[in-house]
Amino acid sequence: MIDIQLLTSPLDLQECMDFVSNPSAGGIVNFVGTVRNQTQDKPVLKLEFEAYTPMAISEMRKIAERATVKWPVEKIAIHHRTGTLNIGEIAVIIAVACPHRIAAFAACQFAIDTLKETVPIWKKEFFEDGAVWVAAHP
Amino acid sequence: MCYTVSSGRCNFNQIKMKVLAFGIAKDIVGGAVINLDVAAGTTVMELKKTILNAYPAFEKLTALSIAVNNEYAEDTQIISTGDEVVLIPPVSGG
Repeated sequence: MIDIQLLTSPLDLQECMDFVSNPSAGGIVNFVGTVRNQTQDKPVLKLEFEAYTPMAISEMRKIAERATVKWPVEKIAIHHRTGTLNIGEIAVIIAVACPHRIAAFAACQFAIDTLKETVPIWKKEFFEDGAVWVAAHP
Repeated sequence: MCYTVSSGRCNFNQIKMKVLAFGIAKDIVGGAVINLDVAAGTTVMELKKTILNAYPAFEKLTALSIAVNNEYAEDTQIISTGDEVVLIPPVSGG
């Protein structure tokens, strides 16, 4: 079972846990991506996330489906937030439940690593002296 | 008469396209949508060239992908009327 959400409101880890928890899963691994207060020693004020919504959802779903093919994933939730996020706020949660922990760790890592490569979501970092679209330029 | 368009082909059939832009692409083109006329049969690669010519700042990006109807498109894919075409600059979700 797969739960994909793209939200403008704060993400809820308990909601993800409640979705993936189930009696046949012995290991649940959660990745929580939060807004960091600095990049290359430069203080970050906030991030803004933007998404091409229909494709972001379909690409996140593809990732979840691939994870369930590669590993014995019982359930997986991928929630991403858009809009303005302050330091410490949660940008993304990936929760994966498998019978055993090795697959849960591997599937969760695969999901976040692939999300960062393929999902059409963009973040802009705001500093004291301006703002930069992350990874846009070499 | 033959109208030569970016593809270099004789083509009286033009498709009016709206190309959507996100992230830094929106900054480069000056808005969320570009209106373009392309010849029927234009490929994704030809569309990219047209856009790069019109907006050279795209050359400086790490990459630029094109999505058609919510899927990443190969360069050889042909664009049709009604396709939703989107400029995908380097993604940075997560």
